[in-house]
Amino acid sequence: MRRNQVAVVGAAETTQLGVIPTMSQLQLHADAALNAIADAGLKLSDIDGFATAVETPQQVCHYLGIKPTWVDGTSVGGCSFMLHVRHAAAAIEAGLCKTVLITHAESGKSMIGKLPRSTPADSLNGQFEAPYGVYGPPSMFPIPVLRFMKTYGITHEQLASVAVVQREWAAKNPRAMMKDPITAADVLNSRMIAYPFRLLQCCLVTDGGGALILTSADRARDFPRKPVYVMGTGESVETPMVSQMETFNSSRAFKTAGPLAFKEAGIAHGDVDHLMIYDAFAHLPLFGLGDLGFMPYEETGQFIADGNTRPGGKLPLNTNGGGLSYMHSGMYGMYALQESVRQMRGIAPAQVPNAKISVCHGVGGMFAASGTIVFTNER
Amino acid sequence: MAEPQRARPKPTPETQHFWDGTKAGELRLQRCDACAHVYFPPRPFCPSCASRKVSIFKASGKGFLYSYVINHRPAAPGFTPPYAIAVVELAEGPRMMSNIIDCPQTPEALELDMKLEVAFEKLDDKITLPVFRPARG
Repeated sequence: MRRNQVAVVGAAETTQLGVIPTMSQLQLHADAALNAIADAGLKLSDIDGFATAVETPQQVCHYLGIKPTWVDGTSVGGCSFMLHVRHAAAAIEAGLCKTVLITHAESGKSMIGKLPRSTPADSLNGQFEAPYGVYGPPSMFPIPVLRFMKTYGITHEQLASVAVVQREWAAKNPRAMMKDPITAADVLNSRMIAYPFRLLQCCLVTDGGGALILTSADRARDFPRKPVYVMGTGESVETPMVSQMETFNSSRAFKTAGPLAFKEAGIAHGDVDHLMIYDAFAHLPLFGLGDLGFMPYEETGQFIADGNTRPGGKLPLNTNGGGLSYMHSGMYGMYALQESVRQMRGIAPAQVPNAKISVCHGVGGMFAASGTIVFTNER
Repeated sequence: MAEPQRARPKPTPETQHFWDGTKAGELRLQRCDACAHVYFPPRPFCPSCASRKVSIFKASGKGFLYSYVINHRPAAPGFTPPYAIAVVELAEGPRMMSNIIDCPQTPEALELDMKLEVAFEKLDDKITLPVFRPARG
């Protein structure tokens, strides 16, 4: 795909984030969508392309009153929205549609109108993982961590520092769910969830949503907001079963999606001003830094513990506070994209001065899928 | 009300041989007749070379502890926390999720790379689960 041919011209989250007992999941989609449409200065009738995950496109389009000529229901977990951006950019370039709306919403905490997640007993996961006591992401996502730690000499203290640094970013963000400062000792003394991970190394569970609007870069000039260009994109999937990853020393999906996006954008790691790595759990930024090629895996833990990713550090990472401290409704990728767009617009609560290139890297399932988007505010 | 039960696998035509094996006290894997690739979970073709000529064989049941978590909360139905959810690397190459029995469920006792051997836990008349214990000798 050619770089900088498509731009984000509308971006918004739901009016509220956190605990929203007054709205169903479907209404959260609509709330985010209407906010993004207003942000872009558009009418509903201007939207001719639509993408969403978990909920079907027909569900959300009918509810909103949208009549699309292009839809994408790719649903590969929390990074689905990165894949939607990639697919939307290709569709716009191919002339299949002009203006794409992407929505995410989840009533993750209040569970109003939320679709049930289930594992059929005759699925592969149902036969070969469920009988061993996996029960939700905290019991599955951290399974590779101990091997990763042993292979690369990563310490528990370094993994605790991920949560500490992200709380520093969250403290600057009025919409962050958790803002009080924490220490590595607080993290290591918090309630055990699934060894080696404790409560403060696991993402929040909240309600919320977000929406993006994309159009061609040529049209983007006529919109009220500063366009944020899609500079590079990548995607992949590996396996729905965490036990069947090729290795626990890296993620194959990350190692495919990330470098694809860097190559398409034509950038080197030193060009990256701002970085988002979907942090459902504290090990993901370490996998991301290694798999995206920022540094050898052995250095990832110390890099974060040394403060390089904190406010004022040389590689600002997860500047909204991340899934650990900002919010996590279940599929956090949309919020990572929102933060990258805010940083590129120059309006983030914890704005990185003069940031011109933002890399936004997502995970789906338990390392099951991945999507990476490189954004820039210069064409 | 009955006690909540551990999740029961339901075999499919492609996996029936595996569950027949565990019932008979065998851990069965598949090997590609064309490229010799050994793989898991079961399927009637080779995920490495796409050949449909594959054979079922009895694995050694030996392996080592590749990684794990010790789950504290929330506990799955039928489990009493804390309990380890492990991934075992089999001597033949494939990895599988399992539980580690006859071993304290602690970081001190559960050492990565420790040698393991298969054991069989009968859930009911239809399903016997392969689990692993520290290897003897």
